[in-house]
Amino acid sequence: MSDNAASADKHDHGDGHGDHGHGDHSHGVDFYYKTYAVLLGLLVISVLGPEVGEATGLQIITLITAFGIAVVKAGLVIRNFMHLTLEKRFVHYFLITSLAFMFLFFFAVAPDVLNHEGSNWVNEAAIAHIERVQEEQAAGGGHGHGGHDAGGHGDAEHHEGGHDEGGHDEGGHH
Amino acid sequence: MSFKPIATTRSATGVMTAKLAIWWLLASEIVIFGGLLAAYIMHRIGHPEWANYAVHTNTMLGTLNTFILLTSSLTAVLAHHAAEQGDGPKAARFLYMTIGGAVGFLVVKTFEWSNEIAHGYTITANTFWSFYYTAAGIHGAHVIVGALCMLWVASTARKNQELHRVENVGLYWHFVDLVWIFLFPLLYIAK
Amino acid sequence: MSEAAKVDAAHHHDDHHHHEPTFTEKYIFPLDHKFIGMQYMFTGMFMALFGGFFVYAFRMQLAFPGMSVPGFGTVSPTEYNMLITNHGSVMIFWVAMPVLIAAFGNFLIPLMIGADDMVFPKLNRLSYQVFLVSILILMASWFVEGGGFGGAWTSYPPLSADASYSMTPLGSSLWLLAVAVEFAAFLIGGINFITTAMNSRAPGMRAKDVPMTVWMICIASILFMASVGPLIAGAIMLFFDQMIGTGFFDPKRGGDPILWQHLFWFFGHPEVYVVLLPACGFVADVVTVFARKKLFGYQTILYTAIGTGVLSFFVWAHHQFVAGIDPRMANIFTVTTVLISIPIAEMMFLFIATLYGGSIRFTTPMLWALGFIGEFLIGGVTGIFLGASGMDIYFHDTYFVIAHFHYTFFPIAFIGTFTAFTFWFPKMFGRMMNETLGKVHFWGTIIPLNTIFIPLFILGAAGQHRRIYNYNHFPDLATPDLQALRVIATVSLLVLIAFQAVFIFNVIYSMFAGEKAGPNPWKSNTLEWTTPSPPGHGNWHPNDMPTVYRGPYEYSVPGREDDYWPQNEPT
Repeated sequence: MSDNAASADKHDHGDGHGDHGHGDHSHGVDFYYKTYAVLLGLLVISVLGPEVGEATGLQIITLITAFGIAVVKAGLVIRNFMHLTLEKRFVHYFLITSLAFMFLFFFAVAPDVLNHEGSNWVNEAAIAHIERVQEEQAAGGGHGHGGHDAGGHGDAEHHEGGHDEGGHDEGGHH
Repeated sequence: MSFKPIATTRSATGVMTAKLAIWWLLASEIVIFGGLLAAYIMHRIGHPEWANYAVHTNTMLGTLNTFILLTSSLTAVLAHHAAEQGDGPKAARFLYMTIGGAVGFLVVKTFEWSNEIAHGYTITANTFWSFYYTAAGIHGAHVIVGALCMLWVASTARKNQELHRVENVGLYWHFVDLVWIFLFPLLYIAK
Repeated sequence: MSEAAKVDAAHHHDDHHHHEPTFTEKYIFPLDHKFIGMQYMFTGMFMALFGGFFVYAFRMQLAFPGMSVPGFGTVSPTEYNMLITNHGSVMIFWVAMPVLIAAFGNFLIPLMIGADDMVFPKLNRLSYQVFLVSILILMASWFVEGGGFGGAWTSYPPLSADASYSMTPLGSSLWLLAVAVEFAAFLIGGINFITTAMNSRAPGMRAKDVPMTVWMICIASILFMASVGPLIAGAIMLFFDQMIGTGFFDPKRGGDPILWQHLFWFFGHPEVYVVLLPACGFVADVVTVFARKKLFGYQTILYTAIGTGVLSFFVWAHHQFVAGIDPRMANIFTVTTVLISIPIAEMMFLFIATLYGGSIRFTTPMLWALGFIGEFLIGGVTGIFLGASGMDIYFHDTYFVIAHFHYTFFPIAFIGTFTAFTFWFPKMFGRMMNETLGKVHFWGTIIPLNTIFIPLFILGAAGQHRRIYNYNHFPDLATPDLQALRVIATVSLLVLIAFQAVFIFNVIYSMFAGEKAGPNPWKSNTLEWTTPSPPGHGNWHPNDMPTVYRGPYEYSVPGREDDYWPQNEPT
């Protein structure tokens, strides 16, 4: 009676499994409490880690503990609380597809929006704005932090355009 | 009770209809929040001076809220567990706890925001704060909607009716938690 | 009307408390998918009157600049902008989408898959109510102080973000709100459609037994859902820019107007396939019935549609070639854009291949389906010129673009609608439409379609740029030959509009006095033709829901006496 349609990501068939997309899972409440404990532990690390990262100046520690752990936490919630792994495969596929489109969006738009100059173009207004604000901040301006450029974050990952102008945090703005 | 077509009871995919719909809803929410957060990240990376603005977010309250939401996810899945065992009133109790978490989250947020606004960090102060309030605000709207939905689900679950809804609303709630799991480092930690 | 003939649906599913729906329940708060579909249909067609009136007014201004337009008055520059903006917005969001997807989807999906309704009837009703709210908001925007929004349907900041540029402080925000609310309505509706189509199929209906119409509407809903998210985020950001003065899209304040463009077109391009695919679905279903032939390459068409849908997410920046995006991006998007023409062209060829060797009947729906294929092909090939970033440097923002997208959109929104509407009218209303009037309407629409837009290609190639209210200000463009083309286009539009009266008359006349239709006047295979015309509440008796034994396109099967083989007929 049921054939498998090849286009699994958009359409799928039950083979008469019954109502639930996943069978009865044998998780007792302990499983959920344990997961919760791990989540809390991860939360602690994700808050302390960046402190260490700032203290040592190693940005990579901040990134891994803050975002890496976020991914791990998310994975735990998805797997253990939402039981996505017990769900039919095609549900995974369309959820991952949504996520994939977001990565597509980010990486295709970042060259225009994240960068402020590129091949044959310069976003002068944005660069001027950044410079102006950084001058204000350096001059102990109204944001109450006494001239610190706190190192920003994440310039490490994406710079094809390359900033030559001084509007750059590492570029000794003082 | 409600008019339920035969269509609703069929399941050619093997996934229950309401659950399938919730997964599709989550797929659409991924792209809504994804778009917003992608835009935020692009700006954040491209504007190193925002680090000085971000330093003023209240990491302690953010952590507290993360704790609250994680706990509420626990109670949500415990509600689901109870519903699976057929214990409607217990499921409803856990849902009420989850709703309590939602309310707690909103209370902390109100306090946090009032404090920030009083210091002049308003939504129009600069674009970092615009993103901050917009992202957390849209998330907060989802928290409110989630709490209301859970109230409604709890009201029927209490009478041992429509217990499958407990899991479905729980899925939505876990998603709200997931968004916050990413918002937290993006808005509070990365300084 | 759709529930005029009630099947002996005296016994319903146990949950349903049986009573005759009251007037309010039936017409104001309907739960029946067929009725909600009709609500969307007539609302969408009603909005087409506005979209048509707007284009009438501004085309008259272009052909006879400065003269008072009958029924409107003189068109000022601000009004011109408001007219073109709302023409585009209305036609895409409040005509094409509700009619092609919400109306036909609602009416047809449960019927074609053998279900008694959508899986969430109340959510269905809610989606229409939200949609109606969006219309009210949009209409309100036309009457507030400052007038309706005039910043083009693409609403680029800073023009749209700053009221001192747009001059429509209230109109801009109301327009934006209307669009956002419409998106919400379609998200709600879309989830309903997808879940219903996936889960509620009749026993025996495998994926490859599902009619193309259902597949296409389902895929379109998925495309919509996956692409609209970033724009919803963007719309909220723009709304805040407008209303409370944030600077999301203001580079002087750390924002970026190009971000809006990306957010908009990331949705905007898949959107055109969102409306295209349902039209292709209708064409597939009509062409098979009136060629009495199996659909050529069902699986190919399906994979092509899915492939097109996926690829449509990779082409959006071809709308931004000259906006100041990184030229390296432009190269990539040229490649993907030219690539996407391949699956669509293939789909058209597969429809033609379906015709080959068939026993063709030139009924009105068939004429429309054939018209779609021919006209859409013209639109498609002209897109290739625009997809090449080098050529686009010249063509961008000229009338060449307008002609291209009307040669695609008009077939999608109008020819597609007429194809489906004339085909399923007997099922919806229990009567046949008048064939003669149908053919008159067809020719009276197709011919002017071409005489409107071919001049626009020529004008575009001559350098006429878009969104200008009076070309007399540009000596190179104000030559007599070029002006003659404008007049030809406008006069053709008047002819086109006039012939729609034939359609309206045909609809009203046939609804009440047309020849009564049986369940299956076209001798089609799909499940909706096994119900009475129109179907009663629940479509089939609950104990008599159809079971499916074969695919939807088993026409002219060798060895059978009949040239068709309904899906639900036991082997």
